[in-house]
Amino acid sequence: MTDLDLTVLLASIVAGAAPIVLAVLGETISEKGGVINLSLDGSILLSAMVAFAIAYQSHNLFLGFAGGALVGAVMAGLVGFFSIFLGQSQVAVGFVLTLTARDLAYFLGNPYSRLYGPQAGMNPIPWLQDLPVLGPIFFHQSLPAYLSMLLIPLAWWYLYKTPMGLRLRAIGEHPEAAYARGTNTRAIQFWHTVVGGLLVGLAGATFSLCTKTGWGRPQGAEGTGWIALAIVIFGGWHPVKTALGAYLFAFLQIMGIHFQGWWPSVPAQVFQVAPFPLMIFTLIVMHLAQQSSARTSIRGSPWLRGFLRVLSGSAPAGLGRSFRPE
Amino acid sequence: MLLFPENSLPKELLIRGLFITGGVLCLTSLVLLVAGAPPWPAFYHLFVGALGSWSKLAQVLTVWIPLTLCACGLLYSFRVGLWNIGVEGQVVAGAIVSTSVLRFGLESGSPFFVIVLAFAGGMLGGSVWAILAGFLKTKGGVNEIFGGLGLNFVAQGITLWLIFGPWKRPGVASMSGTELFPESLWLPTFLSSRLSPAGLVLAVLALMAATWVLNRTRLGLALKGIGSNPKAAYLHGLNPNIYFIFAMGLAGGCAGLAGAFQVTGVYHRLIPVISSNYGYLALLVVMLANYRVWGSPWIAFFFACLNVGSIQLPIVLKLDSSLSGIIQGALVLTTLLVYGLRNDRP
Repeated sequence: MTDLDLTVLLASIVAGAAPIVLAVLGETISEKGGVINLSLDGSILLSAMVAFAIAYQSHNLFLGFAGGALVGAVMAGLVGFFSIFLGQSQVAVGFVLTLTARDLAYFLGNPYSRLYGPQAGMNPIPWLQDLPVLGPIFFHQSLPAYLSMLLIPLAWWYLYKTPMGLRLRAIGEHPEAAYARGTNTRAIQFWHTVVGGLLVGLAGATFSLCTKTGWGRPQGAEGTGWIALAIVIFGGWHPVKTALGAYLFAFLQIMGIHFQGWWPSVPAQVFQVAPFPLMIFTLIVMHLAQQSSARTSIRGSPWLRGFLRVLSGSAPAGLGRSFRPE
Repeated sequence: MLLFPENSLPKELLIRGLFITGGVLCLTSLVLLVAGAPPWPAFYHLFVGALGSWSKLAQVLTVWIPLTLCACGLLYSFRVGLWNIGVEGQVVAGAIVSTSVLRFGLESGSPFFVIVLAFAGGMLGGSVWAILAGFLKTKGGVNEIFGGLGLNFVAQGITLWLIFGPWKRPGVASMSGTELFPESLWLPTFLSSRLSPAGLVLAVLALMAATWVLNRTRLGLALKGIGSNPKAAYLHGLNPNIYFIFAMGLAGGCAGLAGAFQVTGVYHRLIPVISSNYGYLALLVVMLANYRVWGSPWIAFFFACLNVGSIQLPIVLKLDSSLSGIIQGALVLTTLLVYGLRNDRP
């Protein structure tokens, strides 16, 4: 592979991963607070549809993105409302919502399928885009791609370096203790779930207005939500690592096209399955590494230790549990 | 609480039912109005499309069979406290094994024997896929939701690979699936309809088995005990891990039967969407039935009516057929809302 090919490849990874990074960061934020937003897959589709419909009607991309983000926020708000305030199972609500939102998107989006609408083009950043290798990779992208890159350090800083981030993580680990310390667990969980959903909505809008433009049945973003859920686990609930997971997935997706050239009998969809075995493998490794018998043998091998340090990361202990302050 | 001041049970159930029905009708009408369609004709065509003739009813029952089979399976896994979201993949795994049995039996002289074997194979395939998710949970520490979801997509990937690779049709491989099996290997149907009496018997048997096992056996009691309090059950000498695997095996077996039915009785080949989403739909059915046996077949029937009734919506009203999914989702959501306001789990 020549030097030029590599930059093109990396640039297309950054562009293709933009919506996945957004979705993954959104889900990481809500899961850090202990709320699994299982409605991801449906949310992404519905917000993609709404964003496209609004942008198509109003010829305004900004309104489209805002509409998509709003849909994502409302969906997450529903998950939050049902689980945090009504005490229903997060998994049940999220699961119903994901199915319903997908059907809703197909139903309401029917008149908009296979139309040519506005799309977000490239916004090269002056000066920076002329940098030798970094320019074409990082600074010759669309606005959502810039946003996705910007949000990675921002999410990390927010979760690990601010008082509110600390409070959120405390709730995710042990809601009872956080509540006893005087934290308003319900409000903090709810609003972070909503913000997470906002990012998921932006991810959907990025699909229909930027990376896989247009609407249809299928749109092409189907299954991304489930993949994003898998990547959050793969990244050990750490914003930077989950984002890297998203880039890895985008790489696999792009390479899938090349793989197909090598094994023409295997359809591209098969390669899309790759994140799921990876996720299961990571979870098993994380589980086994925590067992005491495994720990002693790991200590002896520096190679294994480094490998596990990259993969390590544990779920927020209060993840998925409905806590009702009484 | 605020909404339901009185505590007399039948009256309260009636009020809840009215709230839920009203909520679903309002939500669905709202969606229809947003789409620019008049609600009343849509509901009318849904009803006529599902129950308007005997052949429609036969179609509804053909959907009801796999849905009920999956629901029966989920009753076991829910009873032990597991969210078996992997049921979808278990249907697919059952369909794959059952297809391979049929492919081996193409030359055989006794189609009856081959079909029976195909169902047994389907059951085995679904069970193995479910037990895999069970072991991932008990041995690997992988939550059954994430493990199940992962296995769903893996099963989907295997299906696509088989259809485009080893089992592709002579000539061109396509999304339309593998080659159709000869009619001798189709599940016999009732008169001229597409309804299979064997399938009906199977679904009813699965319901009876679920009722019996869950309510009348030690196994059922153990599953219930572990589901409601794993720690207490453990102190009573029950090992939750063993029962997790057992319940998953039963659940996967039922789901695998549904997959075998989809292959032998409905599509007569392996297609990419062989499960028709019935696994996911069955999760909603069992949730609505309050995780009990007696409500499940009726709700499954209602869901099947919606699925079949919506098929003709694109032709008659130029509406997308996903309306059925919206109604089903709205039903579960309003139920969760009403029971949530009432401060208890449905």
